[in-house]
Amino acid sequence: MELGQMQKSLQDYTKSLFVEGILDSQFLQLPQLQDESNSDFVSQVVSLFFQDSDRILNDLSLSLDQKVVDFEKVDPYVHQLKGSSSSIGAQRVKNACVVFRSFCEQKNVEACHRCLQQVKQEYYLVKNRLETLFKLEQQIVASGGMISAMDLGF
Amino acid sequence: MEMGYDDDDHHHGHEELHVLAVDDNLIDRKLVEKLLKISSCKVTTAENAIRALEYLGLGDHNQHIDTLTNNNLKVNLIITDYCMPGMTGFELLKKVKESSNLKEVPVVIMSSENIPTRINKCLASGAQMFMQKPLKLSDVEKLKCHLMNCRS
Repeated sequence: MELGQMQKSLQDYTKSLFVEGILDSQFLQLPQLQDESNSDFVSQVVSLFFQDSDRILNDLSLSLDQKVVDFEKVDPYVHQLKGSSSSIGAQRVKNACVVFRSFCEQKNVEACHRCLQQVKQEYYLVKNRLETLFKLEQQIVASGGMISAMDLGF
Repeated sequence: MEMGYDDDDHHHGHEELHVLAVDDNLIDRKLVEKLLKISSCKVTTAENAIRALEYLGLGDHNQHIDTLTNNNLKVNLIITDYCMPGMTGFELLKKVKESSNLKEVPVVIMSSENIPTRINKCLASGAQMFMQKPLKLSDVEKLKCHLMNCRS
């Protein structure tokens, strides 16, 4: 595929993530923080988000599987995930966490299990899409092209 | 000894703001650090209020980090998350304002929740500003302007 076409594909792909609400405008803050001193800042932060979220989701699963669910433990995990997903612009994950927290407040175990599934679903979706996004970028760079923050913004 | 806080190695001129950023969320900590560095601040991060107090020389174990005479460590601004396990950002604010050495240091509180009573409580206890998370680059730029104006 020729470079111009790859760049158009990247733009279209990125745009679709916003149109589908998977990402929100907060995601566009990240490239603004990237500079020559830290040229892979965006992928670093996103990787950190993935690592951290994997851990939290694992802890959440364990906490909800206890015979007696300790909501004092569950809620802070959801709060953390809500915070980090909000900070990187993973809108649907954040929204799913908001719903999850309301059921934590009600101490509704069954609903919380469903919420966890929903959060996981949204998380795997954004993870998958962002991994694809970064692959597309890598292909462009490998072909001698450049990615600018402008490619992501509109 | 486990540090629990992260210090910037570059020593710039003393006109540069040295900010202590406190947040228990790893991603938020990384982001606020970058936001501040891109805005030409020297940044030290702490993962909770206790570590922050220790860095400021207000910890229980009194680590004798001489923040008054060592310009490289002197903190010009504290920016802290409100919701943190253990000591909250609000409690950290109060401890700073109660300290004769540090009460003049501006403290900014960040929170993802927009709760007027919370905001008012912080401002009433001496917080310089309350900032809504997630932070944007423009928020930090506004904050810097505000602080630089206050200083001059």
